[in-house]
Amino acid sequence: MRDARGEVKRPIGLRLWLSGGWLALLVLAALCAPLIAPNDPLMQDLFLGRMPPFWMDGAEPGFWLGTDSLGRDVLSRILYGARLALIVALVAGTLTCLVGATLGLIAGYYRGWPDRIISRFVDIWMAFPPVLFAILLIAVLGPGLMSIIIAIVVIDWTRFARVIRAEAMTQGAMDYVASAQVAGRTRFGTMLTEILPNVLPTIVALLTLEMGVAVIVEAILSFVNLSISTDSPTWGGMIAEGRTSVHQAWWVLVFPLITLFLTVLSFSQLGEGLKDRFDPVLR
Amino acid sequence: MSGYLSIRNLTVRLKGGAMILRDVSLTVRAGQVHGLVGESGAGKSMIGKAVLGTLPRALEVVSGQIILDGTDLQTLDPKERRRRIGASAALIPQDPLTALNPSKRIGPQITRRLVDILGWPKIAAEARALELLEEVHIPDPARVMRSYPHELSGGMRQRILIASAFAAEPKLIIADEPTTALDVTVQKQILRLISEMQSRHDTALLFVTHDLGVVSKVCDTLSVLYAGKVVEEANMHRFFMRPIHPYSAALLAATPTYTDPTGSLTPVPQTVIDGVEREVAEHDMRAAP
Repeated sequence: MRDARGEVKRPIGLRLWLSGGWLALLVLAALCAPLIAPNDPLMQDLFLGRMPPFWMDGAEPGFWLGTDSLGRDVLSRILYGARLALIVALVAGTLTCLVGATLGLIAGYYRGWPDRIISRFVDIWMAFPPVLFAILLIAVLGPGLMSIIIAIVVIDWTRFARVIRAEAMTQGAMDYVASAQVAGRTRFGTMLTEILPNVLPTIVALLTLEMGVAVIVEAILSFVNLSISTDSPTWGGMIAEGRTSVHQAWWVLVFPLITLFLTVLSFSQLGEGLKDRFDPVLR
Repeated sequence: MSGYLSIRNLTVRLKGGAMILRDVSLTVRAGQVHGLVGESGAGKSMIGKAVLGTLPRALEVVSGQIILDGTDLQTLDPKERRRRIGASAALIPQDPLTALNPSKRIGPQITRRLVDILGWPKIAAEARALELLEEVHIPDPARVMRSYPHELSGGMRQRILIASAFAAEPKLIIADEPTTALDVTVQKQILRLISEMQSRHDTALLFVTHDLGVVSKVCDTLSVLYAGKVVEEANMHRFFMRPIHPYSAALLAATPTYTDPTGSLTPVPQTVIDGVEREVAEHDMRAAP
């Protein structure tokens, strides 16, 4: 493999393997959910309520991770929940990145009045408590996948804008940017050819981090019942349901929680690992 | 006194604040090397930046003319000015470590100028870039073209920057302390290389430095700057024989010599400093309305 360091070959670290592996597994699970899920995630059977996972006494064959109080299969629900979680992570993460990074790049490179306007906006934005803001937005927009994505973009673009602005400022002060301008490049052209490639590692790291955050925000919204319709399983929704019966059936709460935890952790670790690999130099 | 680049009464200040350049005038003739010396903070680099249009945003040109090849740059609109500067001037920067884009290979960074400025086709530009790298004595130029900046040493990078400055055959090159960031042993080679390239390409060179020893080796004429004011503009020979301004004389006297390594360093006397400071203050009094 050739990376920005030229011919140097570097082993893919354990961190990248583990986080990438988990996410790949999750993507696969989401794609093949109808094929591999042992049960219908929506099918209720009150006679099968609160069955424990397979290694405990009284487990029902075929329900590997047990069932919730309505008798729905926990494993199947986690698999189907991965679909929504990943769609939100991908779409909301990417959109947030596009909006935030573009504004940050403009503010950090152009400075002057564009910077003043964008930075003040960021300041004002960050004064709102993010989750409350999201809940308010969903209340206005009405629940649904689109609303969740819009809410995440609207509350989280500032993260990108701030970091990318700072990076663009550092890069903008470098001599190679000045020489590109002396050579007759326009300011916009310089931004695209000189600044952008050098802030890209940071953008990639932030993007994967943001995907993890998007998964969390979606879970929080499901938890307070503001996500998409209660029919389709979501991790946040499962956690909310599991909470009420944690003393009788802990597995309903714990398994989605572990999945959520591992997913968010993997996203952030993947980001770190990728940043290391993409970073062209020991800056 | 007409030259390829002439600066007339250039005054630059911090927006709403301190003076950076005070009424600076100097001339760089076609094909000649003009040295610009002064202490750090005297405004040497700012003159170069003003000419190239890369002054920091906090600074503004208050008055004066920068005449490049007969045209006053200040009268042109920004787009035309950028085109004009790109076509006729180039910079050899101070720090080779930050002057190359770390995420791009060397080749495109040199050919870009030829494609952008001269409108050459890419293949011709690549051939020319190879030639240029050979000209600055880089071994195995084909491999260097494919390298990233961080794979090369500081001296190599400075050679590449020199090659790329000369690439589009500019008539004026501004070298902003091109050897300051380098190892002493490499400094000499780079200095020799710049002189060699300058005389071969017959380029006018504005050489910014704080080292009088360097000036004496490469320059034809020079200006001495103090606190943003030119205290003396002279031809090389005359300057070293008979400096006119007391500050110049004191500077020359302060140059350490190799012949007497045990002799202590001579500082610039306080009376001389007070003298220039007074001149600067008087100038500001006159300039104030």
